Amino acid sequence: MFDSVEEICKLEENSGVPFWKIVQQDDCKERAVSEEESFENMKRMYTAMKESALNYDKTVKSNSGLVGGEAGLLREYLDGGNALVGDFAGRVMELALRVAEGNACMKRIVAAPTAGSCGVVPAVFIATQEKLGLSDDKMTEALFVAAGFGEVIAARASLAGAEGGCQAEIGAASSMAAAGLVYLRGGSGRNSANAAALALKNLLGLACDPVAGLVEVPCVKRNVCGAMNAVTSAELTMAGIESRIPADEVFDAMSAVGKDMNPNIKETGKGGVAGTATGQKIKDALVH
Amino acid sequence: MNLFDIIGPVMVGPSSSHTAGAAKIGNVCNKLMAEKIESAEIYLHGSFAETGKGHGTDKAIVGGLIGMACDDERLPESFDVAQEMGFKFTIQAADLGDVHPNTAKVIMHGVSGHSLEVVASSIGGGRIQVVMLDGVKANFSGESPTLIVHNVDKPGYITEVTRLLGIEHINIATMQLYRKKRGGEAVMVIECDECVPESTIKELEKLEGIMKVSYYCPE
Repeated sequence: MFDSVEEICKLEENSGVPFWKIVQQDDCKERAVSEEESFENMKRMYTAMKESALNYDKTVKSNSGLVGGEAGLLREYLDGGNALVGDFAGRVMELALRVAEGNACMKRIVAAPTAGSCGVVPAVFIATQEKLGLSDDKMTEALFVAAGFGEVIAARASLAGAEGGCQAEIGAASSMAAAGLVYLRGGSGRNSANAAALALKNLLGLACDPVAGLVEVPCVKRNVCGAMNAVTSAELTMAGIESRIPADEVFDAMSAVGKDMNPNIKETGKGGVAGTATGQKIKDALVH
Repeated sequence: MNLFDIIGPVMVGPSSSHTAGAAKIGNVCNKLMAEKIESAEIYLHGSFAETGKGHGTDKAIVGGLIGMACDDERLPESFDVAQEMGFKFTIQAADLGDVHPNTAKVIMHGVSGHSLEVVASSIGGGRIQVVMLDGVKANFSGESPTLIVHNVDKPGYITEVTRLLGIEHINIATMQLYRKKRGGEAVMVIECDECVPESTIKELEKLEGIMKVSYYCPE
């Protein structure tokens, strides 16, 4: 497993082997599988992501009743013609809600990198595939790019809210999605790294503060934020706007910020919105 | 951790630790039991007890116990499926002492009258750790084929077990030894790189002084 984006970028630049392929070859070595097997496995992940978005049922509520139906409401609004955001951004938002809500309602999803942040990568990827008419193979390659960034974040920082706060979940997912999106737009590994750095910088310090300890409030709606942040970071990158801080150093900063965070905002359900009067009231009502 | 822990696993939501990990605990228990389970008592500790209901931890463990994997879409209805199968269970909160906050104790009773007690923790990202087997300390993840041998604490058993694995060209990844007291019951927990054939397990069971052999294979 790689622990430096810079290292993968240099490998790509020196060998001409694309970023996604370098990540895939490393996976083959790590798990002693063929390239074909590795690719098929990743393709299966993408298929499962699409299914998780497709299987959405707006009439279903979560066990707690806190979540359910939001993606349906958003679709109605978007179809009403009064939305300020365009079709693409609207679709990204809707897909993020569909998958993240489905997760809260015990539907099948792909943890990417976690279950709480499972809506971010599918939202960005599926909306882009629809818009640009890309093949599933191309999408699979982009998932390898996203996974490559995820493994470096895991190595340098963390992918667990309990350890690094929500920046380690929604933040990491957003960074991974931004990197993958830049690949889909024809960017190099270094361009992907730029987008990943921009995306994560925006979400540094994000608290993990689930109301009543459940993966519902504020997690579901933060998936929308993470997905849109990935899109804007990729767009800035495609416009030639550079992150002044390289990706690896941003990941290190995330690790440091995570260590500085108070335990109350690291998935304990005590601080942040979980600690508000309403958050506490919801918790009490669910316990009794 | 590998690349498919970053993108993946495919799982039923909402939580990798409280839902996927819980299903995996149930699943490992089921496989360790290696016979049809008639009933089970489930004890949820710490965060499993506090937030388990909202995360479907209870449904996931029961689902796992009746053979559902963490991506089985029937997990939310596992209580109903269990009832149809005639599988009886109780679930309650319990203080299991100084263990990981996401820990469960499962006591299973099989059709043959045989029982097994497992304590396991969900340690994040859907990964688990079995920490106690029938009251004896253990430590394995359920990610590799795992052989658990209960034997009399006397010289020679480790040689015999590893010899039989060697014949089948099975490489040992980790090996742990525990015992309650000198000369009493000892337990070997062996995580392997390859699957252990049934014939080897049968042969082990026949050896004098070996009381019980459990085997868990993730596939």
